[in-house]
Amino acid sequence: MKNPYLPLPMKLVKNFTETEDKLIHTFTLQYLSEEDEKSFPYMPGQFAELCVFGKGEAPFGIASSPSEPGFLKFSVAKVGVVSTALHLMEEGNMIGVRGPLGNYYPVEEFKGKNVVIIGGGFAFTTLRSLATYMLQPERRGDYGDITVIYGARNPGLLLYKEELAAWEQNPNINLITTIDSAVDGWNGRVGFIPAVTEEVAPSSENTYAIVCGPPVMIKFTMPVLEKLGFPAERIIMSLENRMKCGIGMCGRCNVGGKYVCKDGPVFTRAQLNELPAEY
Amino acid sequence: MIISKKDIPGFLDKLISEYQVFAPVQEGSYTLFKPISSGADAVLTADNTKLPAKEIFFPQSEKLFSYNVTEAGAKLETAIDDQKKVIFGVRPCDARSLVLLDNVFNNDKFQDPYYLTKRANTIMVGIGCNTPTSTCFCTSVKGGPFDTKGLDLLLVDTGDAYVVEVLSDKGKALAEQAGFVAASDADKASAAKVKKEAKVTCQVNTDGLKDKLDVNFYYPIWDKIHEKCLGCGACTYLCPTCHCFDIVDDALDCDGCRVRNWDSCAFPIFTLHGSGHNPRTSNKERYRNRIMHKFKYFVDNFGEIACVGCGRCIKNCPVNLDIRVVLEDVRGSEARLDS
Repeated sequence: MKNPYLPLPMKLVKNFTETEDKLIHTFTLQYLSEEDEKSFPYMPGQFAELCVFGKGEAPFGIASSPSEPGFLKFSVAKVGVVSTALHLMEEGNMIGVRGPLGNYYPVEEFKGKNVVIIGGGFAFTTLRSLATYMLQPERRGDYGDITVIYGARNPGLLLYKEELAAWEQNPNINLITTIDSAVDGWNGRVGFIPAVTEEVAPSSENTYAIVCGPPVMIKFTMPVLEKLGFPAERIIMSLENRMKCGIGMCGRCNVGGKYVCKDGPVFTRAQLNELPAEY
Repeated sequence: MIISKKDIPGFLDKLISEYQVFAPVQEGSYTLFKPISSGADAVLTADNTKLPAKEIFFPQSEKLFSYNVTEAGAKLETAIDDQKKVIFGVRPCDARSLVLLDNVFNNDKFQDPYYLTKRANTIMVGIGCNTPTSTCFCTSVKGGPFDTKGLDLLLVDTGDAYVVEVLSDKGKALAEQAGFVAASDADKASAAKVKKEAKVTCQVNTDGLKDKLDVNFYYPIWDKIHEKCLGCGACTYLCPTCHCFDIVDDALDCDGCRVRNWDSCAFPIFTLHGSGHNPRTSNKERYRNRIMHKFKYFVDNFGEIACVGCGRCIKNCPVNLDIRVVLEDVRGSEARLDS
């Protein structure tokens, strides 16, 4: 019987300050052996419990893509005991990783379809994993147009800036970035995600929308997607609830009878419409 | 088969040489399941134990593993309790609760080795309830004072002796090893009489309860129902089917252990996000979740109500919030909405 509580020790090789406010760091973790890497087969949208030994565990979406072998990447906001301890970790330190946990974005269903990825703030992590996965050259042909709409309060709060710059130049992906209010030197759009989505989203025909962001963004983006004709079955969302075990036993992350950790975190809007709004 | 009451301590002593034996023992004014070192310590005449037998398989605090972390790696050491155990004198409601919990700890995707190893290595010897108490309502939730679910042996108290019902291979082996003698027809008849006469007087009508819960999440009844509740969590800590827990580190720097502790859906911090957002903001949402979980979500997921009618939550609630009344209120929720 595999023990789902045991973390995989991994080595922190990079602790990178991702945003200008310094509150989000991206951690690159390296497997200690090939065997360890084989024991962690994951897909975009899954998450893992990161642990700082002595402080505890907390769940984070996996920001790297399975198409990037050798390491795992997590972008973590500093908010609590574990995330604060993580921010203080130094390169070479040991971090525990328990997972992969949860389900993943339905990439098989996306085949032959257009995809619009809509993200806000630091919820862009697993969306980055998804986009990177679909952009992999041998896989890119499986999908139609890939559009990414990504917004943050200001340019300094956007994650993965170098990568976004590369996507700007990449003909295989259509990237639209937006910020809440104009600042000098910003060449992208200005405005909130729902309004920008209404303006630039591709036709809903044969298209999936994948949405991840703060509750207020979700709240106002949903009616826009409906207006654009996206059926609830083709709106994919990733939920976040407080979690502990990650394996459907400890009881706290339930939305109705579903556990976000075990039955999610990825749900279609149609599935969520059947559940009480306890998230 | 049958065993005379005076032979019970000797029988338990024999078991103790081979198994870790748990039985109800006196703790002040109540009884609790504890490992016993002498068969004479077992108290089999009292009402049900204060805490359910669940604690043996899913302790209030349990070490998951210990660790020592250096730059070179992390050394993790797991100690899973695989000692052979006998739980002696468990009541049918508590035995049934473990069958329900098996669904959680052995779910469609993950297995909990700590709980499941203990379950696999344990023989459950139950004692039926000749005189159910006024708070017992097991028969309303598919149980009964002589229900055999989750048991390997069931003892029926016939006065001077226990008539033994063998319910599984494990139970059969134990009974044979113990050298129980065959019960006479007269013994069997008196056991049947005891079983017939044991009456659970309290009935809760659960007809249509699930149908109500399927639709009443947003109904105003939940604004009222929780009002008395203090959110103390006593009901969750004493409940044989509650399984919520937290995982914490108990450590000094990099040397320490990871522990899981019982937690409770009655507490606000249970669902509090790092951002400050809380999906179950007030006592209303938390109490509703407790009822929904036991009488709807568990039924949706596993086809059974997650309540065995032991009555502990009724006996121990500091404000007398009685789940039987709550369920009746829920069943009538539509009427209340209309009025």
